[in-house]
Amino acid sequence: MSATVQAKPYVDGRDRGGAAQPMLIAKELQRHFKVKGAGKGAVVRAVDGVSFTLFKGETLGVVGESGCGKSTLARVLLHLVLPDSGDLVFDGDTVGETRGISVADLRRQVQMVFQDSYSSLNPRMPVQDSVAFGPMVNGKSKAESRRIAQDILVKVGLRPDLFGPRYPHELSGGQKQRVNIARALAVGPRMVILDEAVSALDKSVEAQVLNLLRELKRTLNLTYLFISHDLNVVRYISDRVLVMYLGQVVELGPAADVFAKARHPYTQALLGSRLSMDSSKRIESPPIVGDPPSPINPPSGCRFRTRCPHAEAVCEAEMPTLGQWEDRSSHVAACHMTNAQSGHSLAGTA
Amino acid sequence: MNKPVALAVAEIPADSDFDGAPATKVRGYWQSVGYRLRHDWVTLGFGVIVLLIVLAAVFAPLIAPFSPYAQSIIGRLKPFGWRGHPWGTDELGRDMMSRLIYGGRISLMMGLVPVVIATMIGGTLGVIGGFAGKVANTAIMRTMDVFYAFPSILLAVAISGAMGGGIVNGIISLSLVFTPAMCRVAETATAQVKNLDYIEAARASGAGTLTIIRHHVLGNVLGPVFIYASSLVSVSILLASGLSFLGLGVQPPEPDWGLMLSTLRQSLYVDPLGCALPGIAIFITSICFNLVSDGIRAAMDVRI
Ligand SMILES: Nc1ncnc2c1ncn2[C@@H]1O[C@H](COP(=O)(O)OP(=O)(O)OP(=O)(O)O)[C@@H](O)[C@H]1O
Ligand SMILES: [Mg+2]
Repeated sequence: MSATVQAKPYVDGRDRGGAAQPMLIAKELQRHFKVKGAGKGAVVRAVDGVSFTLFKGETLGVVGESGCGKSTLARVLLHLVLPDSGDLVFDGDTVGETRGISVADLRRQVQMVFQDSYSSLNPRMPVQDSVAFGPMVNGKSKAESRRIAQDILVKVGLRPDLFGPRYPHELSGGQKQRVNIARALAVGPRMVILDEAVSALDKSVEAQVLNLLRELKRTLNLTYLFISHDLNVVRYISDRVLVMYLGQVVELGPAADVFAKARHPYTQALLGSRLSMDSSKRIESPPIVGDPPSPINPPSGCRFRTRCPHAEAVCEAEMPTLGQWEDRSSHVAACHMTNAQSGHSLAGTA
Repeated sequence: MNKPVALAVAEIPADSDFDGAPATKVRGYWQSVGYRLRHDWVTLGFGVIVLLIVLAAVFAPLIAPFSPYAQSIIGRLKPFGWRGHPWGTDELGRDMMSRLIYGGRISLMMGLVPVVIATMIGGTLGVIGGFAGKVANTAIMRTMDVFYAFPSILLAVAISGAMGGGIVNGIISLSLVFTPAMCRVAETATAQVKNLDYIEAARASGAGTLTIIRHHVLGNVLGPVFIYASSLVSVSILLASGLSFLGLGVQPPEPDWGLMLSTLRQSLYVDPLGCALPGIAIFITSICFNLVSDGIRAAMDVRI
């Protein structure tokens, strides 16, 4: 195989199950954090039974309020934070199992762009060394790593001779984020997790970086998990959308469907709270009321019921499930109103 | 609405050379520290004095007018300029200037060696403690805290007293005194970078703990450790002089400033100026080291 950063043929040499096999399957992932000073045994349910499927070549957008566990989910997917329970299947191989794929192998194929572009670059290292670090620790020679770094800097639109020797504080936010993207791509991943990759950028730079990401995805044949709290950005870049609320998935479906006809009241409220330029498109239903409940003591049953306009007895008694999804076009929501047998007065309407 | 985003995207082509424009002068961290130092006249001035003291100590045999050990019964406690002794003689008739120059050797050694040893041991323990898990951290740091409980001069006196006098024992005891503080500084600096995203990113790119420490932690720990170590040099000189003064450090007839201060003490009323000379030497050396270290600290304290 030639250098990993060269444009790959459409079929990746590391591809195992073919295009139909999902890139990543998360099954009931759970990660709780102990909290001090909130009583004995108190935990934050940062990720609480998250399941989803990420198909090859798609961009799955992950949205949700601040603190709902998006970053924790991303870290669990890379095993930077170990899950308490649940399974992760990468291209057919279970992560961490003897017959599956090792965490080290997983990290060669899945990379992450971190939320804070400032703290995710070593301030004492020229950025070309930061980019070359990944290839270097993966067994490439110094010269080879540096060449890969130069190539990849060109790919993200930074002239290596001009920007390579610079330190992070000598770069603008947009340039830093480009370096972060370059650093993730230098390892030659098949899948990239982008955690709020454009959130700190102003609108025009954001648009540039989004375009760059689309371009890179096409030329390098990548799969994205794109985390953001900006619904406009998610809609622009995503093929499918996953909505999180208090550590759980509440809705999962094709972006067009979710944005056109959200099934979960939380998604509807999120969409309603969006600033709309077009007054005729403004949604009539009230935006979300109140603060999100504490992730330490989430409400019983449906976690959204305390803020839901349609909450009923059944919502308190029973936790709704996401239901089954088959393929990329499935659109599911964890709400009793989507289930005709749930006993909710509006059952079957959503 | 995706309108605003879509519009902005359409306006700016992806290959816009927006990012190619600014061509500011690229200056690395250490280069900018050097630049700052070169323009700090106070630090430079005191740095020159430190350099002179070091040179005098290194080339003592060439500079000193007499042997530091040559005694003279008739020439005791003589004033400045007496028979070619520029700064007079001490209580045994030995040349003051020669003894002060040779004394600089011992004082500088006592200032530097314990600090270097403490930096290596304490720094290593601190980085391990900062990077390792909770158990190792607790074990290392609580052990250090035990030493912390005593004032440094008392600890130095106690250790030297228990082991007996001499240069080597003095160095050992001073190293032990400085190690816990050094460890704490290294641990704090390590803990600060340990949870930053770039460490996690390095881990995500498949690097092992040692590689991460070497490439991403040490660079950030070295700065604070170096600053602290440079401030310890003057303290070490003072403590070593104190030990010698108490008879716990350098033993006679070695020329050592603290020891000289102690033996000349009895002659305070006969030869007050001669008595003061070792004290002045200690004072000038330690204050110069201190000010230079302050200057270095200021130059290295860059918000980046
Ligand atoms: N290491 C940790 N120890 C304890 N609690 C944690 C830790 N990491 C995250 N949490 C908690 O887990 C919850 C989810 O955090 P997370 O960072 O995943 O949220 P997020 O959705 O990424 O938020 P944002 O949009 O603000 O980035 C929060 O309540 C947070 O306080
Ligand atoms: Mg986050």
